[in-house]
Amino acid sequence: MIEFSNIDIIRNLLIATQWTILLSLAAFAGGITVALLLTAARLNKTPLLSIFVRIYVEVFQGTPLLMQMFLCFFGLSMISIEISAWNAAALSLTLFTSAFLVEIWRGCIDTLPKGQWEASRCLGLSFLQTLRYIILPQAIKTALAPSIGFSVQVVKGTALASVIGFVELTKAGSMLNNATFEPFKVFTFVAIIYFILCYPLSWTSKFLEKKFNASR
Amino acid sequence: MLNFSDLLPYTDQFLKGLLTTVELTLYSTLLGLILGAVLATARQYGSSLVAGVVSVYVELIRNTPFIVQLFFIFFGLPSIGVMLSPWQAGMIAMVINLAAYSTEIIRAGLGTTPKGQWEAAKVLGLSFKQTLLRVVMVPAVEKIYPALTSQCIIVMLGSAVLSQISVPDLTYAANLVQSRNFRSFESYLITAGLYLLLAILMRKAFNMIGRRVFSYRVIK
Repeated sequence: MIEFSNIDIIRNLLIATQWTILLSLAAFAGGITVALLLTAARLNKTPLLSIFVRIYVEVFQGTPLLMQMFLCFFGLSMISIEISAWNAAALSLTLFTSAFLVEIWRGCIDTLPKGQWEASRCLGLSFLQTLRYIILPQAIKTALAPSIGFSVQVVKGTALASVIGFVELTKAGSMLNNATFEPFKVFTFVAIIYFILCYPLSWTSKFLEKKFNASR
Repeated sequence: MLNFSDLLPYTDQFLKGLLTTVELTLYSTLLGLILGAVLATARQYGSSLVAGVVSVYVELIRNTPFIVQLFFIFFGLPSIGVMLSPWQAGMIAMVINLAAYSTEIIRAGLGTTPKGQWEAAKVLGLSFKQTLLRVVMVPAVEKIYPALTSQCIIVMLGSAVLSQISVPDLTYAANLVQSRNFRSFESYLITAGLYLLLAILMRKAFNMIGRRVFSYRVIK
């Protein structure tokens, strides 16, 4: 049997941490892209599109992320689309992230007074111009803090990819636990690494929230 | 291609799993919210030491994944002599998780209480406990009730992870069924639908309770 020193455990965990970070980035980038499309669809005010976005949000916020991953991983391969654990995890996390972001952004856009839309219309600005010059500059300010706050949930969500066999931090922790029989130590290390990843994000979110609230 | 009739023989399994999930959610919501209210009070009105300890707890839980907390409790604690059944470990994980989030949410509510209310209550001769329970707490919770509702639903959905330490919940049932009849997509689809139903019903229940509890404003 191979002996694992503390250094070995930490080194292996840090290697796996790279995958956690990569998966988080992919999911967040994907989530932002999809959420932008959905927000555009919602602002378009076509009834069918808004209903679609509502159902989309309800479904992805109302079902466990783990279930979404299982469906992506096992479901797609059943209709003969071969999908790797990485792709399944990235896809389901993207869908999950976008559903929450679109809801957060909805709040930020809807709290702006309706008069601003009307005033812009009176000034002869088109829909896109209103969005670009009036609405977004204000909405982005208020959306920044909660969006960064949500990114913590994305990083933590990547831990579930371990269940479908993708080797990231949590999976590496389980494997090291099986090799060393020292669960207390291994999972403490795992938790510390997640904390180091997440806490700066939480802190930034809180900081921005205070900053923007103070300026108002 | 989809074949749901293969799932019918396993209706019992699904129902049992659903019941376990409901049961776990019910207990953990109750305990988690009570603990959250206590900790929020400690953090808002306690000494700086107490407030510091509470905020370390809150940040630790909020910045680590639920599944790692679960593994730590279930696999880690026995090595220092704390043996727990899967059910107990899952329950504890859910409670400490919800408590951490609800501490933060309820504290935000308590923070909005105007200072004059405390002063007025003091002048009227109410003790700290009386002021907190009879004057401050209910309106504070009312303000953050939607956030609290969402958090309880998130914890319920998060409980799907408990299947990983073989708590026989709804997800566990789905895994069991798909391992027997290889109908994984159908099995998970039905399960996802059941979770969605549970989430919708939970929101309805919270709204009903909310209307009851926060009806004091209505003058009869």
